Amino acid sequence: MSQNLRRYIRKIFAIVGKDVATEIRTKEMVSAMFVFSLLIIFIFNFTFDLRAGNVQTLAPGVLWVAITFAGMLGLSRSFVLEHDKGVLEGLLLAPVDRSTIYFGKMIGNIIFISMVAIVVLPVFMIVFNQPFTHVPRLGGIIVLGVIGLSGVGTLFSAMAVHTRAREVLLPIMLFPVIIPLILAAIRLTAAVLDGMLFADMSHWLTILVAFDVIFIAISYMLFEYVVEE
Amino acid sequence: MIELRNISKAFGSRIVLRKISLTVNEGDFITLVGPNGVGKTTLLHLIATLSKPTAGTILINGYNLADSASQLRRFIGVVSHKTLLYDDLTAIQNLSFYAQMYDVTNSLARIEMLLKQVGLWGRQHDLVRTYSRGMQQRLSIARALLHNPPILILDEPDTGLDQHATRQLGDLLAEMGGNSGGKRTTLMTTHNLDWGISMGNRAVVLAKGCIAYDSQGDKISMTQVREYY
Repeated sequence: MSQNLRRYIRKIFAIVGKDVATEIRTKEMVSAMFVFSLLIIFIFNFTFDLRAGNVQTLAPGVLWVAITFAGMLGLSRSFVLEHDKGVLEGLLLAPVDRSTIYFGKMIGNIIFISMVAIVVLPVFMIVFNQPFTHVPRLGGIIVLGVIGLSGVGTLFSAMAVHTRAREVLLPIMLFPVIIPLILAAIRLTAAVLDGMLFADMSHWLTILVAFDVIFIAISYMLFEYVVEE
Repeated sequence: MIELRNISKAFGSRIVLRKISLTVNEGDFITLVGPNGVGKTTLLHLIATLSKPTAGTILINGYNLADSASQLRRFIGVVSHKTLLYDDLTAIQNLSFYAQMYDVTNSLARIEMLLKQVGLWGRQHDLVRTYSRGMQQRLSIARALLHNPPILILDEPDTGLDQHATRQLGDLLAEMGGNSGGKRTTLMTTHNLDWGISMGNRAVVLAKGCIAYDSQGDKISMTQVREYY
């Protein structure tokens, strides 16, 4: 590995470490996301009189609504700290490629949303009476989904943070773009809960992976223009 | 050496800077003054690579800022009225983070030395949010000088400081290479005319987006500075 690449990666993880250290101290973002996602699962559970027949149909959607809505909360806060305290300027003044900031913030978001998903998934399995044997495969789908959500969400969060209505603007911008991701993730989750093999749903898996790769690449290329004037 | 050649900057149809040409020699301490909205911060942002000029060229040590902004950021330290520090991290955590971003070698020793210089050694493990405004600004100077930049940009560093803290700030800047025989090139904006002019060896007054007055050493006339201000 070249020295430049090592430096690049070290800086990315410096940003991740800083975000994690800040979150450990304040617990603002993850705690809000955690409570919100649990509320969604319980509200859906109470709202619909779920009979055995329709649980399989509705459960994947409930899980992904919880993850994406909670993720939205986290993403909307992603750049707020930097923006409100003017620290984003400090990051932009550093002699680093802008993509370092993007990947650092994106990995931080992946960690925070995944932490929430780790807690939400077992609760979801219990509340919707699903066997825990599905957890490893569902975990894999959630990881792919969270990567895509964070990849696009980090870019849009950086765009929205400069506006006054950022909390409103972010979901309006983000949800239409992540429709393919949510659709693929829900289909795959449903397939797992139905006991199907991944091989039978490989086209949805391909869409999910392709979404991650394409949108992270696009976000990587556009981030510089978003954070600079 | 910093050289501005016919720099113009417009935000939409509003022209803020009009064909500004300015040469800043190595070791100069320029105090840039002017009324609010005249373009002082915009000018400093252009030099600090936070913004790009609409027209004109900026050269730092002969290198065009437009071509090598990422590399040239290493030579620039910025202190503004915003501290660019993370409130929920300690002084050590903040400086360690920036040290990683600037590839500072032997960073712990450098951080200890700077914190001692700015009088914050002993409070290094305290959260920045617990510091007074004056202490935060001193830490901000330590942050800006962490990578020992040959160019220091100070954008109204005295904002929000009482007289005592402003005096302390002035002493610190003089001690840390402002104009007391050090080679550091400094550009500072302030609304505190007497204090600002006494700090520098050259005074520049900006009015209506142009340089209205530029004088140095004994030739600086406070009467004229006030007249153009």
